[in-house]
Amino acid sequence: MKASISLRAAILSVVLLVLLLVVWEVLCRVPASAAVSADDEYAMLMGEAEQEARVPPPSVVLAHAYAELSQPFYDNGPNDKGIGIQLAHSLYRVLTGYLLAALVAIPVGFVIGMSPLMYRALNPFIQILRPISPLAWMPLALFVIKDSQTSAIFVIFICSVWPMLLNTAFGVAGVRRDWINVARTHELSPLRTAFSVILPAAMPTILTGMRISVGIAWLVIVAAEMLVGGTGIGYYVWNEWNNLNLASVIFSILMIGVVGMLLDLLLGSVARLVSYQE
Amino acid sequence: MSRYFLDARRLAKRFPQPGSEPLTVFEDVSFGLDQGEFVCIIGHSGCGKSTILNALAGLDSFSEGTLEMAGKEVAGPSLERGVVFQNYSLLPWLSALENVEFGVRARFPLWTKEQRRAHSRKYLEMVGLGGSEARKPAQLSGGMRQRVSIARAFATQPKLLLLDEPFGALDALTRGVIQDELIKIWSATKQTVFMITHDVDEAIMLSDRILLMTNGPQARIAESVRIDLPRPRQRDQVIHHPAYYRIRNHLVDFLVNRSHELRGRTVADEQGFPPEINPALDEPAAAARVVPLTPVKEFHHG
Repeated sequence: MKASISLRAAILSVVLLVLLLVVWEVLCRVPASAAVSADDEYAMLMGEAEQEARVPPPSVVLAHAYAELSQPFYDNGPNDKGIGIQLAHSLYRVLTGYLLAALVAIPVGFVIGMSPLMYRALNPFIQILRPISPLAWMPLALFVIKDSQTSAIFVIFICSVWPMLLNTAFGVAGVRRDWINVARTHELSPLRTAFSVILPAAMPTILTGMRISVGIAWLVIVAAEMLVGGTGIGYYVWNEWNNLNLASVIFSILMIGVVGMLLDLLLGSVARLVSYQE
Repeated sequence: MSRYFLDARRLAKRFPQPGSEPLTVFEDVSFGLDQGEFVCIIGHSGCGKSTILNALAGLDSFSEGTLEMAGKEVAGPSLERGVVFQNYSLLPWLSALENVEFGVRARFPLWTKEQRRAHSRKYLEMVGLGGSEARKPAQLSGGMRQRVSIARAFATQPKLLLLDEPFGALDALTRGVIQDELIKIWSATKQTVFMITHDVDEAIMLSDRILLMTNGPQARIAESVRIDLPRPRQRDQVIHHPAYYRIRNHLVDFLVNRSHELRGRTVADEQGFPPEINPALDEPAAAARVVPLTPVKEFHHG
């Protein structure tokens, strides 16, 4: 009965989902007032219909999702692009900013982890810069860079850099003395020691930092794109809100969740590749 | 002045203590190892055995004294001196074979991958791990891990092999098996071995000579005990050798009584070397100090 726990969990998940959708659907269909006028259209024209705007029921959202997902890459001009194009723009920004951050954070983290002097020297900067909300950089970035696309990438960069930097430093500083001694008794050069002993030893910790970073980057890109506008999933959510297309808003919220989960799964599987058991 | 292959003269290790005299862990430690010799060092915890071994490895430094190997001063770690650590120190992300290859690659950087692999495989087979090449250290038992570590050290063919209590964490059965393997490889390669142990029987089984250290602080090497038992030594037969219990009693007596009586006293000759004793010949000295055989395996004071 070993497999049954995952099976039972899956069944329970489906039951909960169905329950949620049913409750949502039913709540959306309850009329606000019991008195239904015979002439709805007339009432609507006269402004006597329900004053309250409603969240669309799941059936509407699902139908919308189906329509959107069946042609994700259509492009009808700046204000009407498919969800795939919007997500691609966001992913492009996130991955560019994130990879640039990795290029900076991992080597610098290595140096900080290896050298107590550098750690002490850089620590005050890190402690002050780290708690700053990445969006607070946005005005300054827009002023200096003068390009909204690059500013968004910069904001992703600045928010992903800290977890990777600190985890790399922590992982490198925590490499077991014995393993360093193995490298020393084998007369490895500092560079060889870094690549063949310290890096593999610290890799699981570094990957944890990278995983935290990509999660934060995906959270931040939505807000950043709401500010800079133009393209991207964050802009899309805000634009659909301005269009009062609530079905689209709910659909894109779900898509943000799905893509965030996929990014995490991707890094999770990389983390499994480099993990080791002591 | 004749020099040994490994020549340690008047070594001392002192730690400065704020507001008082520096703490002397050991001082006036002199000893020599001939090429191809198997020498064990025995002493209670805290006498500085590991510091001596780490200094021989180049991982630690002395406060005073000189240390030479083959006429050259020992400064820093070197592939000439291989180390087997007590906790194996295998790299957990590499397989057993890759761990041995790690050492071989450092030692013979010009070899091809095939050469390295064949060489590493040979040494893994020597320690009886032919079938476990692909396994990671976490999938190996303690004894198997220590064998990989021994294979890694021997595969780099160092001039001096340093073993820091290599069997301390193993059960008695496994310990016996790996001791036999160690001696087999040692007789085949004729490397010089310097080993720390707490186990009197293990020391007698393996060594040509045993260095006895007094208790710390201010520890010294009090005696160099020659083990004149014929090789190869069979575990079940060596104990019936007439000299075996004389040697053993001598060692146990030292650890129980004399290791603290002699603490801080100068016992060495003018060059600082400890007197050499052969309990197998020196009948009255050894016979006079017969001690019961109960408290044997390990000695920790305090």
